[in-house]
Amino acid sequence: MRMSILRTGAAMLARELHVLRRNLLQFAVNTGMQPLLAVFVFTYVLPKIGVMRGAQGFGTILVPGLVASTTVLTAIAVVSTSLMRELSFGRAIEDRMLAPLPVWGLGVQKIVWGALHAFLAGLVVFLVVYFVHEPGMRPSVHVANWPLLVSCLVFIPLMAASVGLLVGTILEPSQVSVFINLAMIPATMLGCVYFPWAALRAIPWLQVGVLINPVVYASEALRAVFTPDLPHMPVAVVLSVLVAATAGVGWLAIRSFQRRLLG
Amino acid sequence: MTTVATNQSAHRHSEPPPVPSRGAGAAITTVELGKTYRSRGGPVVALRGLSMEVQRGELFGLLGPNGAGKSTTIGILTTLIRPSSGSAIVAGADVLREPVAVKRRIGVVSQANNLDRELTVAENLEFRGRYFGLRTSAARRRARELLEWDGLAARAEAMVTQLSGGQAKRVAIARALMHTPEVLVLDEPTAGVDPQTRIRLWKTIRELRDTGLTVVVATHLLAEAEDLCDRVAILDHGRLVVCDSVAGLTGRAGGDRVLTVLFDGPVDQIAIPHWVRRAEVDGAQVRASAANTDGLLSELIAAGAALGRGVRDVTTLLPSLESAFLALTDKEYRE
Ligand SMILES: Nc1ncnc2c1ncn2[C@@H]1O[C@H](COP(=O)(O)OP(=O)(O)OP(=O)(O)O)[C@@H](O)[C@H]1O
Ligand SMILES: [Mg+2]
Repeated sequence: MRMSILRTGAAMLARELHVLRRNLLQFAVNTGMQPLLAVFVFTYVLPKIGVMRGAQGFGTILVPGLVASTTVLTAIAVVSTSLMRELSFGRAIEDRMLAPLPVWGLGVQKIVWGALHAFLAGLVVFLVVYFVHEPGMRPSVHVANWPLLVSCLVFIPLMAASVGLLVGTILEPSQVSVFINLAMIPATMLGCVYFPWAALRAIPWLQVGVLINPVVYASEALRAVFTPDLPHMPVAVVLSVLVAATAGVGWLAIRSFQRRLLG
Repeated sequence: MTTVATNQSAHRHSEPPPVPSRGAGAAITTVELGKTYRSRGGPVVALRGLSMEVQRGELFGLLGPNGAGKSTTIGILTTLIRPSSGSAIVAGADVLREPVAVKRRIGVVSQANNLDRELTVAENLEFRGRYFGLRTSAARRRARELLEWDGLAARAEAMVTQLSGGQAKRVAIARALMHTPEVLVLDEPTAGVDPQTRIRLWKTIRELRDTGLTVVVATHLLAEAEDLCDRVAILDHGRLVVCDSVAGLTGRAGGDRVLTVLFDGPVDQIAIPHWVRRAEVDGAQVRASAANTDGLLSELIAAGAALGRGVRDVTTLLPSLESAFLALTDKEYRE
């Protein structure tokens, strides 16, 4: 029984990979464009025109921030919009619901795929930000904490994909795209992507307010991994939040998914 | 509206059917299935205590007008909808307690097109096979066989979004057969397809029944079901009106003809011949059902004339599922 559930889940992941491979170019352009622009503007245009003088090293700040925000937002968007599509007219979700898998298993499959997809997007962004720079200005990042990196690679995408499933199941399909568009910009701008969380000390209410934003924990965790010398939240705190949020939101999302699907 | 039942035997089908037991020969058994949807406009009761049984190997029709509860029933039998009350056993497994076992044994063709739009025709079949544990090569082989059998081999590489409605339906049938189910369930398979495709779909469905597969088809077309099904259940407003063999319902075993006479004015006081099984007078219209309507028309015309009314229109319904529905519900069947 357990084996056959895993086999069915694996076949569904194979299907997702198959579709992704078919749309590979689109995937690369979609995920690569934003970090490419960010790198261009922050590490080339702004220093050149005199705004942010001496910011050539800004790439170092951007690596963890952009990888984190892309990973989180991709996971949320992928899971919620694909669910929205499959729940709307024709209910293509039934194709998967009829497979020999309990409904919770289907929910887990959606989270796992969203996480995998987001991991791949994060990888694309890392490669762009790390390798695209002015000669001699490579961001100075190195992996300081391997166990933390592995935990980040597992929990950041899983947490974000769980949020995506929750959003996709509690909102009506027509509201999902509105939510994505509305949440995307504040989540990035206030996700400690372009500055470390500690820098917000100057604005205490904002420093507390952004704590509901999952992108913050992802950025800070990756900062601890890649740029340990810059200020970042304590590792124990970000890690606990990531694990607890993955478990808590994941559980809520699966329950909400079951309720939504079985009417 | 006044209803005059002149013979109790006409009611024999409207009694609640005995609660069926889980016999060895039953492919599907439902007991007192109920479903109430919670929706914004308040609760909607879609099924009210549906008990019925489908035998192994039969072609079973689930009939009823729009909104009768056919798709709801099919949703419950296929584990896609959770019943509010009652229980159902499909191919030996309980839909609530063992949904995965049910899914392994059934093939489902839904009313709406739910093909995987991101895949080609062949991939739709192949991945379905793989979800059910087939190896890639075996899934590919079976998909090719089914597409050839279904006459769709030429479209194998097309994206499913490029198919016509009839083609999509055939792909959905092939996909439902990928894991060789014991029970095939189809919801309105012929809705929205041209007459030629309709005939072809039914031929396919009968062929499948002949291979020993149990087939359940929901349709709102009584005439279609009459030609093709072994047995039918007719639903109306979420209630079972009747569940019987087509032969039992359509005259070959004593069904009624229904005669409807429209007069040129109200005929509330009209004298109905005593031998009529069942009659109903509604303003200027009289509807009477009897095993044999010979002579009935002239008696009714005379009775109307006695009230000073002339006849404007006459229709006769031969024994059919439609006349059975009319006789059992006092309502015209609106498709
Ligand atoms: N998801 C839902 N939410 C609320 N009400 C619903 C829902 N699905 C069906 N209903 C209602 O339940 C009743 C039965 O619907 P169902 O789809 O089972 O009928 P049907 O016999 O399949 O009709 P049709 O021939 O139109 O397909 C209808 O009144 C319908 O409006
Ligand atoms: Mg229906």
